[in-house]
Amino acid sequence: MPNSYQSWGRFPKVSQNVHPVRWRKKPLTLPDTNSVLPYGLGRSYGDVCLNDGGTLLATRNLNHFIDFDKETGLLRCEAGVSLAEILELCLPQGWFLPTTPGTKFVTVGGAIANDVHGKNHHRAGTYGRHILQFELLRSNGERLLCTPTSNEQYYAATISGLGLTGLITWAEIQLKRVYHRAMHSESIQFTDLEEFFDISAQSEQDYEYTMAWVDCSSQNAGRGIFFCGNHITEEEIPAKWQTPSRTHTMPFDLPGFVLNQWSVSAFNWAYYKKQRQKSIKKLTDYDPFFYPLDAILQWNRLYGKQGFLQYQFVVPYEDHKIIKDILQTIAASGLSSFLAVLKTFGDLVSPGMLSFPRKGVTLALDFPIKGASTFELLERLDDMVREAKGVVYPCKDARLSARNFQAYYPQWTEFSKYIDPRFSSRFLRRVTE
Amino acid sequence: MRKILIIGATSAIAQATAKLFAEKHHALFLVGRDADKLETIAADLKVRGAHQVDYTALDLNEFDKHDSMLEQANTSLEGLDTILIAHGILDDQKAGEQDYTKAEQALRTNFLSVVSLLTPIANRFEKQRYGCIAVISSVAGDRGRQSNYIYATAKGALTIFLQGLRNRLQSANICVLTIKPGFVDTPMTANFKKGALWAKPEAIARGIYRAIENRKNTVYLPGFWWLIMMIIRHIPEPIFKRMKL
Repeated sequence: MPNSYQSWGRFPKVSQNVHPVRWRKKPLTLPDTNSVLPYGLGRSYGDVCLNDGGTLLATRNLNHFIDFDKETGLLRCEAGVSLAEILELCLPQGWFLPTTPGTKFVTVGGAIANDVHGKNHHRAGTYGRHILQFELLRSNGERLLCTPTSNEQYYAATISGLGLTGLITWAEIQLKRVYHRAMHSESIQFTDLEEFFDISAQSEQDYEYTMAWVDCSSQNAGRGIFFCGNHITEEEIPAKWQTPSRTHTMPFDLPGFVLNQWSVSAFNWAYYKKQRQKSIKKLTDYDPFFYPLDAILQWNRLYGKQGFLQYQFVVPYEDHKIIKDILQTIAASGLSSFLAVLKTFGDLVSPGMLSFPRKGVTLALDFPIKGASTFELLERLDDMVREAKGVVYPCKDARLSARNFQAYYPQWTEFSKYIDPRFSSRFLRRVTE
Repeated sequence: MRKILIIGATSAIAQATAKLFAEKHHALFLVGRDADKLETIAADLKVRGAHQVDYTALDLNEFDKHDSMLEQANTSLEGLDTILIAHGILDDQKAGEQDYTKAEQALRTNFLSVVSLLTPIANRFEKQRYGCIAVISSVAGDRGRQSNYIYATAKGALTIFLQGLRNRLQSANICVLTIKPGFVDTPMTANFKKGALWAKPEAIARGIYRAIENRKNTVYLPGFWWLIMMIIRHIPEPIFKRMKL
């Protein structure tokens, strides 16, 4: 098995066959017995993109554009096209993604299947809200044109359907008008969560994009830096603009011991202290604004061969205390996370049946895998989230228990009616056992 | 604006190269076996900015249709100045060793069909006194070895044919480019175990694009294959024949 087919967290390590899908108009060729699962760029952190013992339908060759209307911003493309390729084509013509996750190296199909969200969730909702239609190819050869009004159950089940309802061959996306790649950006230091919520409420009025980096490694857990931004207007187009082009590749796996309580604390301290003023406003290129980590290709190797776990949950907005409790639980455990992202979600509802984002506050964390204690900590967090009536994000998960998944997503029984009988994933088997 | 004919347009390398031409707003005519695939690629290239894209479906083993296809491309684009020939099959060496007809088929597709195409193209370009002929050969053609010598024979013959053609067309100001890719991660090689020497079709495409723009004669892609093949070519035959390559 080619080892390039893993999840982004590189945990768990499993083996599966790979079958490339190249042409959207051709029938699917399926293996005789075992199950299949679409696999795009492998940016899902956990095992929603893995199918141990089965076959992956590699969709990266389904990367043709079909139609683009420069006047209306309507883009039709195959499901293996990446968001980076869309930006490359459309941004110079004045169109931007309606919403974008923190990496542009994901496919359109993957973005739909995980119903991804971005820094503008409070204004735009999830990615699925901007998908006007798509074609779903089922294992029996049936091709369903899914829109909010035709095959609407499949439309709802496939958006956030984790690739289990069939293969998305192409999709139509409504892009958003912008005038330039430059962004107004502001970064504001906050000292605790109360201040975070104040800044958040204020900046959501003024800014389309908001999110915060939060320190959760020390006694100072809860301090951080709030980032917000807007696209510039037509009148503000700068005469000259330097486009950043440098990317670096993480050339090797960092040994596991390098990321520890002390090094992560030091990083967090330095990251917080780097900003000398309370607030900095400037013009920023969209690329570092939206995709700071994309500048380091294969940054997941920072976590070494054993991989890492990503954890993201959302809890209702009223409850600030639960966020504080969770941060304290993490800080007390000594298992630190240095990429902790905090954001408030708005109340725009996704059409996706199993969609994760909902009104509330969301926190995303990375954990290097340090044996059983890491898993125990996350299970404790699962219970805290459940008690607070929150949910955990499947796209990032590799270890959630069936009990908790089914408690978070009671609609999964309804969803399972639309699962294609030949499609499966490690995630599905794990949370429905 | 170039007027480019791409033969074997559904191959991964040809597609990636066509994208680069489309982004620069050139006009393209695509030839391949499968009309559905060509339609998909043509739509993609138009969205990416191609000035014009047309296509025709043709099995290139039907040599007698080469002339009419060329005429069609020429009419559609109102002239031709760049040809990229990218079709080919990776034949089953073991089957070809046992059955001559299989070897013959591989030689027809990988070598003779290109001769059949290049004969009228070369004459046309020689007359108009401008143009570029780019053909995908292979590093395999640099030396015969037991694992794929039928494929290598076709590619080696192709390389020599192109050398001769380049020599002949030099005075007519025609550029003849021999492209020698190493291991490329394409659907043609989907079942091979991949190592550090493998390149993506997009990287090969960038090399082809540059070589066409710079009117090169021969390029190894990626460039380090020049060194590898230089070493392989210089291993003395008494040693080479004992090696398992």
